[in-house]
Amino acid sequence: MTRPAAAPFPQMLLAQTKSELLMRWRVPAFSVTNLALPIVFFTFFGLPVAHVVRGDGVSIGAYLLASFGAYAVGNVMVYGFGIGVANERGMKVDRLMRASPLPPLVFMLAKVVTALVFACLALVLLIGFGIVAGGIHQTPAVWATIIARLLAGSLPFIALGFAIGYWSGPHAAPAVANLIYLPLSFASGLFVPLNQLPGFVRTLAPFLPSYHYAQLAWSALGAGRESLGESLLWLAGYTALFLTLAVRAYRREERAKFA
Amino acid sequence: MTPVVELRAARKRFGQVEALKGVDLAIGPGELVALLGPNGAGKTTSISLMLGLRRPTGGEARLFGLDPTDRRARSRCGVMLQESGTTGVLTVREIVNLFRAYYPASLPADRAIALGGLDARANARIGTLSGGERQRLYFALAVCGDPDALFLDEPTVGMDVEGRRAVLESIRALSAAGKTIVLTTHYLEEADQLASRIVVIDRGVVIADATPREIKARIPSKRVTFSAATSVGDATFRGLPVQSLEVRDHRVGLLSSEPELVLKALFERGVAIQDLEVTGADLEEAFLSLTSRP
Repeated sequence: MTRPAAAPFPQMLLAQTKSELLMRWRVPAFSVTNLALPIVFFTFFGLPVAHVVRGDGVSIGAYLLASFGAYAVGNVMVYGFGIGVANERGMKVDRLMRASPLPPLVFMLAKVVTALVFACLALVLLIGFGIVAGGIHQTPAVWATIIARLLAGSLPFIALGFAIGYWSGPHAAPAVANLIYLPLSFASGLFVPLNQLPGFVRTLAPFLPSYHYAQLAWSALGAGRESLGESLLWLAGYTALFLTLAVRAYRREERAKFA
Repeated sequence: MTPVVELRAARKRFGQVEALKGVDLAIGPGELVALLGPNGAGKTTSISLMLGLRRPTGGEARLFGLDPTDRRARSRCGVMLQESGTTGVLTVREIVNLFRAYYPASLPADRAIALGGLDARANARIGTLSGGERQRLYFALAVCGDPDALFLDEPTVGMDVEGRRAVLESIRALSAAGKTIVLTTHYLEEADQLASRIVVIDRGVVIADATPREIKARIPSKRVTFSAATSVGDATFRGLPVQSLEVRDHRVGLLSSEPELVLKALFERGVAIQDLEVTGADLEEAFLSLTSRP
């Protein structure tokens, strides 16, 4: 036989990722909320107090940029995967993809790469806005560390997105994502610093995934409350939990649709 | 030679319902086969087993001699399914290019788009396509990888006359080029126009597997109804090519593939016929008569 038995892996991943990027970019509900919302929140919550310096010497502006950075990446992951997967299930994209030669792993991987690109873009825009509009100063190395850590640590939110996407239908998914992700972010001190939140929230926060996720960024500024290892351990635990939920829902659907 | 598709004693049960009750079917390279049957007969289930979208409850399915989920087998197949969708925000050309990337040696994008008759809509977003155009897009996606085998589940459903003609023409051209094509339809006419072999499936079993000519002779294609002024009974119709005869009072209803012959004989036998109607037989009804025969 002169022709290869199957299309090369990189060719498929590249084409799939390109399409995923285009699809996301062209749906304003995704692109605008992913990129603009963190900046809007920072404008309300962060800009007015940007130059107040905290007890640990870090400006509230820098602290909240790190907080909203964590919010922004989680947002891209939870909404992107949650609503995206639920929508595709609703449109029965899965049936056509199933019958195609595209390996499911490439399909998933393209989604992850796309989400990381969007998350990176959201971070760059947010931090750029903070530097320009808020005059917030940190060394490029600190900003780079924050971006790298938030992207690398986003796995639990990818898993949470998949879990929401497989458990809820296309109409329920946006509401479910909001109901889970917004309170989670708020209670983890991403919008308002923890010491300004009610006592029971402060007690609850150290058990939440967003809290430990934001520590990755806060500690890059020297404002963390726990060691990197501790944060990663919590995040690994939550990844395992959400992944288990996602896989259970995925299997349930597999049995119904493709058994 | 290894068949392109093979079902061996394939069974499929969904809960209490047995959708396929032991189907044996082998389709060789270059064949154009129509799976014909009424809705719910098991056509889509058969295609799903052939493609590995469903696992048989019993028996076996092979694709190019491999497990149907094997990527080497999948890479030689183009598929058009019922009840499958795709995103609306890409353009026709963009999604055709995406699907081309799934295959080792694809057709040029323009060629695939032309086979679906979508030249004028190449840069339109999928969301703006009509139902028929969308169906033709799925056809273009099925052929864009230049696959050896095409699986088309109800390919012309929802198409207008022109779109349907364009797709049927493309199917003929691809068949002439040596592709193996398996399609399902519940139109006897469509199966007859296209296929060199018709496999009739009803209630989960293959009840006929033959050339279109042989099938047409066996399936009563016309429904004849009339009122008889004289009294008629089973004896009146003895020796005539008649199926599913029903006589109530003086009203007679029957199915036949040769209504002219039947009517001629009835006139000769002195039956006084009034209110005569000859219509195309409902396929489900026709199959019923086929399966209820001993």
